[in-house]
Amino acid sequence: MTSDSHVDGNALGGVLMEVFGREMTGARGRCASCGSVGPIGAMLVYRSAGDVMRCPTCGNVVVVVATIHERTRVHLAGMTWPETNQ
Amino acid sequence: MAGTAVLRRLTWAIAEVVDRVGETPRVQSLTFDVPDWPGHLPGQHIDVRLTAEDGYRAQRSYSIATPADGTRVTITVERLEDGEVSSYLTDVLEISDRVELRGPIGGYFVWEPARGGPLGLIGGGSGVAPLMAMLRARVGAGSAVPVRMLCSWRMAEDVIYAAELAAIASEGDGISITHTLTRSAPEGWSGRRGRFDREALSQLTWPPAMEPLTYVCGPTGFVEVVASVLVELGHEPRRILTERFGPTGG
Amino acid sequence: MSFVSRGFRRRQEPDAPSDRVPPGQYVTHDFPVLSAGPTPRIGLDEWRFEIIGQVDKPRGWSWQEFTSLSAEDVTVDIHCVTKWSKLDSRWHGVPVDALLDGAKTSADHVMAHSYGGYTTNLPLEDLTGGRAWIAYEYDGEPLEPEHGGPARLLVPHLYFWKSAKWVRALELRDTDTPGFWEGYGYHNYGDPWREQRYSGD
Repeated sequence: MTSDSHVDGNALGGVLMEVFGREMTGARGRCASCGSVGPIGAMLVYRSAGDVMRCPTCGNVVVVVATIHERTRVHLAGMTWPETNQ
Repeated sequence: MAGTAVLRRLTWAIAEVVDRVGETPRVQSLTFDVPDWPGHLPGQHIDVRLTAEDGYRAQRSYSIATPADGTRVTITVERLEDGEVSSYLTDVLEISDRVELRGPIGGYFVWEPARGGPLGLIGGGSGVAPLMAMLRARVGAGSAVPVRMLCSWRMAEDVIYAAELAAIASEGDGISITHTLTRSAPEGWSGRRGRFDREALSQLTWPPAMEPLTYVCGPTGFVEVVASVLVELGHEPRRILTERFGPTGG
Repeated sequence: MSFVSRGFRRRQEPDAPSDRVPPGQYVTHDFPVLSAGPTPRIGLDEWRFEIIGQVDKPRGWSWQEFTSLSAEDVTVDIHCVTKWSKLDSRWHGVPVDALLDGAKTSADHVMAHSYGGYTTNLPLEDLTGGRAWIAYEYDGEPLEPEHGGPARLLVPHLYFWKSAKWVRALELRDTDTPGFWEGYGYHNYGDPWREQRYSGD
């Protein structure tokens, strides 16, 4: 098994939906680092102390989800949202 | 944005276990009755949350294995060796027990007949669950979308939904299903052996020129290999959708 | 009264705190791999380790130079903020004291930088006095990439997110700035014995 163990943006679907009040994995996000745009569900998610979502093109961090004292915070570290899909 | 078509907020619902099916020695399908369930699309998942007496909580995501069916939602759970949540669901939960869950979740890894095809479904182990929802939707809707499904299992006793898949394949209604066993095969196994490598995928999947929509689901390593081979074979990356389970499914 | 799942209990109970096990931790015999990003693959011919920043003479070593330095075996307990502790883990590496030897600095703070972009901040004092190493062997073997190889920072008296994998530089600084996890709400210092997991603990 590869040690580069990551999952897809789908894995954060619940958290993102809770925070934004709508389905987000089908929405497209723009990486603030390289500018590439793609579905959030297709981004790479690394799970460790928190969840780190990275751009599948350049690898930079786009979103960090950290649960601190039972409060979950979604940090839009390097993503902008050009559109949603409804 | 089209502001009025907003999905309802995602809240935890208390659902009742209404059915359980033993698929293999380690895998079960559990059906829940979820009050006010709004329906779902094939490929979406639910989050299941368990709470112990002392307040400790554990949560995992499970793909829904069936197309929308009123308030009924079915997931397929593999009991993982150190699985805190999976072993509770398979070993402790009983019919009429209640469970907290929320959903449906997911807008990226979804397919419905209106999306068309040809449809490629490639799954490894319990990654076949969301693909099963898609396949069942295709069959149940009387859709004509042609399907090529590839399923990778370690051994014959790991094959989930074996009888149903065989029945669907034998209908010959534009759906072909190929299984492969990667670790060992029983005597008399006439099917494929070994992983889906480049040669197997080039033979078994839709030709890129047909521009299929392909859904790949399973452990991260499996999905990585399959997706990158498909791209090498000339498939448009945007038409390859993936759901990686990662090393810890639950 | 919130919903309780009949018959559910946590699989891993915290071990009773002792002089070896900080509060809220459980002992594991595995070595879980947790990472904020992909495993960098660094060739030994391109690898370098540097001391940079507020220091009179920045210094650096190639792999050959680094592994020729005097190194030591250490056996330490390590504690991850995700609650597992691993006792008696065996490492081999160069004490940070030796790497800083002779360096003149007025800095009180350090930012550790890793290949792949990870960062974590520590007081300079916590890297000295025999409490930190740059380790390149684990359990008698070369440190595997998934565990931070070719070399990682090892600071066992703090939560293990401070022991930066794939370390490439220690930057000495006059001011303290949060590193990766510290910037997302994790504790700035991270003492497992005071259970300093999150900011404000």
